[in-house]
Amino acid sequence: MRALDRKLLRDLVRLAPQALAVSAVLACGVATLILAVGAYRSLEVTRAAYYERNRFGSIFASATRAPMELKRRIEHIDGVMTVDARIADSVLLDIPGMPEPATGKVLSIPDYGEAPLNRLYLRAGRLPEPGQRGDVVVSATFAEAHGFHVGSKFSGTLSGHKVTFRIAGLALSPEYIYAVGPGEIVPDPRRFAILWMRRTELAGLTDLKDAFNDVSLALLPHANETAVIEALDRLLAPYGGTGAYPRKDQTSHAFLDSELTQLQAMARVIPPVFLLVSAFLVNMILSRLIALEREQIGLLKALGYSRVAIAGHYVKLVLVICAVGIVLGIAAGLWLGRGMTEIYAEFFHFPFLIFQRSVNVSILAASISTAAALAGGLKAVYSAASLPPATAMRPESPPRYRRTGFVGRVFSRLFSQLSVMAVRHIVRWPARAATTTLGNALAVALLVTALFTTGAVNFLIDVMYFRTERQDATVTYSKVLAPEATFNSRHLPGVLSVEPFRVTMAQVSHGSRSRRIPITGKLPAPRLSRVLDLDLAPVKLPSSGLVLTERVAHHLDARRGDKVRVRLYEEGNRGVTVPVVDVVQSYMGLGAYMDLDALDRLSRVGPRRSGVYVELDSAKERAVYDAIKKTPVVAGIALRRVSLEKFRETISQNINIMTVVYVVLAVIIAFGVIYNSARIQLSERARELASLRVLGFTRGEVARVLAVELTIVALAAQPLGWLIGYSLSYAVVTGLQSDLFRVPFHVDRAAFAWSSIVVLSASVVSAAIVLARVRNLDMIRVLKTKE
Amino acid sequence: MTAVFTIENLTKTYRTGEIEIQALRGASAVLHEGEVSVMLGPSGSGKSTFLNILGGLDTATSGRVLFRDLDLSKASDSLLTRFRRRHVGFVFQFYNLIPSLTARENVSLVTEISVKPMDPAEALKLVGLEARMDHFPAQLSGGEQQRVAIARAIAKNPAVLLCDEPTGALDSKTGRLVLEALTNINRELGTTTAIISHNVVIRQLAHRVFYFADGEIIREELNENRLTPAEMEW
Repeated sequence: MRALDRKLLRDLVRLAPQALAVSAVLACGVATLILAVGAYRSLEVTRAAYYERNRFGSIFASATRAPMELKRRIEHIDGVMTVDARIADSVLLDIPGMPEPATGKVLSIPDYGEAPLNRLYLRAGRLPEPGQRGDVVVSATFAEAHGFHVGSKFSGTLSGHKVTFRIAGLALSPEYIYAVGPGEIVPDPRRFAILWMRRTELAGLTDLKDAFNDVSLALLPHANETAVIEALDRLLAPYGGTGAYPRKDQTSHAFLDSELTQLQAMARVIPPVFLLVSAFLVNMILSRLIALEREQIGLLKALGYSRVAIAGHYVKLVLVICAVGIVLGIAAGLWLGRGMTEIYAEFFHFPFLIFQRSVNVSILAASISTAAALAGGLKAVYSAASLPPATAMRPESPPRYRRTGFVGRVFSRLFSQLSVMAVRHIVRWPARAATTTLGNALAVALLVTALFTTGAVNFLIDVMYFRTERQDATVTYSKVLAPEATFNSRHLPGVLSVEPFRVTMAQVSHGSRSRRIPITGKLPAPRLSRVLDLDLAPVKLPSSGLVLTERVAHHLDARRGDKVRVRLYEEGNRGVTVPVVDVVQSYMGLGAYMDLDALDRLSRVGPRRSGVYVELDSAKERAVYDAIKKTPVVAGIALRRVSLEKFRETISQNINIMTVVYVVLAVIIAFGVIYNSARIQLSERARELASLRVLGFTRGEVARVLAVELTIVALAAQPLGWLIGYSLSYAVVTGLQSDLFRVPFHVDRAAFAWSSIVVLSASVVSAAIVLARVRNLDMIRVLKTKE
Repeated sequence: MTAVFTIENLTKTYRTGEIEIQALRGASAVLHEGEVSVMLGPSGSGKSTFLNILGGLDTATSGRVLFRDLDLSKASDSLLTRFRRRHVGFVFQFYNLIPSLTARENVSLVTEISVKPMDPAEALKLVGLEARMDHFPAQLSGGEQQRVAIARAIAKNPAVLLCDEPTGALDSKTGRLVLEALTNINRELGTTTAIISHNVVIRQLAHRVFYFADGEIIREELNENRLTPAEMEW
């Protein structure tokens, strides 16, 4: 081994704790990048393979009742490859031992063989025996939630018929990876089931012999999706078509997409923070090392080593630190990535998992982190290489301090000389103090970004469940009914009050922009299910005109006072121009609101009701459930209490895992930054501090000089961290905006407080480790050597 | 005359790796109240180790050091810290000033933790630096820096002033100024002073001279005809 390399090795051993701290920070950057990209790619590839193998459709549409002959005409639309014309209906289930009714969706599969599209992945059992009454395949998650097996039975009300279902098989479907019941936000497999039944039997129950009411299409490559949707809408219009929509608007697919977007956002926001911090840590350590080795560098040069050799020596040091970080990071990234993908796969119940161990990402992560570390060390290496030997061998001139005018004078009178020393040291090296502050601030910022979600979700819950949707239950009818149905619902036992609503799909256009959205008609001043404006104050729906949710208004580029064109699908192709009377808040889905009477007037079929919002007497819940289970017209009931619990449970699982990860990451940053800056200060000021010991200052007092400086830096980092965290949170919220849901931008004080508590604690621990070294200051040696 | 330090049979062995260095091999001496003692000897003769042990910067391997009634050889680290804080003023070859503090603040650093200190300005006046009090070390010459160090050392009214090669880094003219500051203080405040040097000329200003060789005090000499630094032949 060459002598210079031997020196490198010994330097590394000596610097091991500091170098490891930098490697750890680098490793975090590499790991988060690999984790996020790896999980993203694995899920994407898994989903794509699942879709491919099970022939997931590309376009979906519903109608009231279309004759089977129409299927042929749909097949002839240019670009269509396969058509699956089926029957879909809702079913209200009565599960033994469960007081509240569950909801189901029944889909037909051909009498013989498998469906051409949206095929099932059978987990157990078989497809239903043709002709065997009540034989169904059910969603595996639902069966699991109730402990059902092949052969288990349960009953339900389907199109007014009481049916006893017998489970023939358990299945997963690409259509229902994320299966949410009507009126729900998060999946609750206990309360929502998918049932697949042979066509002839379902047709008999729903009175759809030789007809269909649901269709999915697979397209040929290069088909024009928009043109196919338009053609399909034209064909289905006479049969009550509610507008065809592409895969990207399919609920389950869209939810998965938003999860993938989150992973992408993570890959974009977090790794750069770590790379930045590690770059400046490398800079800090290397600058100090080179300052300490000035004379050695001069000597090496005097002995004939070239600039390149010297620069190379220090570059090697950086590369070793990088290599350690990269290896640790890749290992951790792959391990965590696999774990995270498995969590996702389990949550979504993928039948299989393709884990992508991408070499490219590892190479990319390694290159980026090496580049960042080298960039950090660049200036220090350059200054080492360009030192003229004679200058290098002379010790550096003592640092020059200045007193800063009046303020400085007052300060030095007010505080002890020890504090003055600490403050002057900061003022003397402002750039270093600033980078240390920034590094610490980034740790705080990262935590704020992670912790604000808890507050934001609580805020979301407050707005959604306590200020907007205040009804105890939402009852949805299996088909639109005349207003008298409301009256019947009002008189169910235990029902205190009801508010009727009507939902109808519509095409809303403004200029060249157009969206297929549901329009909900509500009472003008509802007490239960309210509409809130952008400041979250309740809105009274005007007697005419359309109220758009913010996201829709944004998509349509429409403002209050603009005129939009509304075409209700249920009414055929009739388009009406309607003014936008307000733009309101909404965190879920896309939609618009209208006064119920105004919507009834707009629709040619006259007043219709889709369901009711219900206020319940909690003491009589049981009676209501029993009554509803016997009501043939009810398709489903969403219960606020149950949804809220499920929502909290699902979200808190997500948030808890994320919080732990972020806290670990932030602690590593805070530790790396404070530990290194304390070590460097201690080494730089050993002489000064030992002199203080000689003068009779105690260890505690000497440690205080460093502690004061670290405290100032740590405290200054807090507000800066809050500010950066606030901005990062905003970026995250913006990145997560989707048509499906929007996280409100609401950062509460607890997020700031906890972030600071965690980072300050990490700082205190790391500082304490370094400050313990004050014990070992060699008083005699420093007094014998010239600075 | 009262003894300030009583040193009996002091030894000190350093161990660096496998090598054992015997810095002191049984040195004994008595330092008297109000006297200036000069320790002479070649480098490696043990005088610095001797002074460090007197000042509580180091502890002896064997033997006894009494500061008045206090046995330093058995003292704990915190007791030694307190001892330095109360009773000892140090002056070093390389000044050891705090670069981020002005001359006055360097002196205040010590007066802030002392029981009956003098005013920092007064201490600086004693060494002739009243005009340079608000300068930082980097703005002062070597001699001036050393005089700040002396002012810092005496500002707490120490019982003893220990100086390790105080003129070692200075030219003769500046060195003379520094020595003048030291003898003035001894005269005016009566501070017991010990000065290490390998410059034999300095013995002329001492009351008492100790000659060191190979870790032992080989000779002690009383100086009847003390000279002032100005009179000394350099």
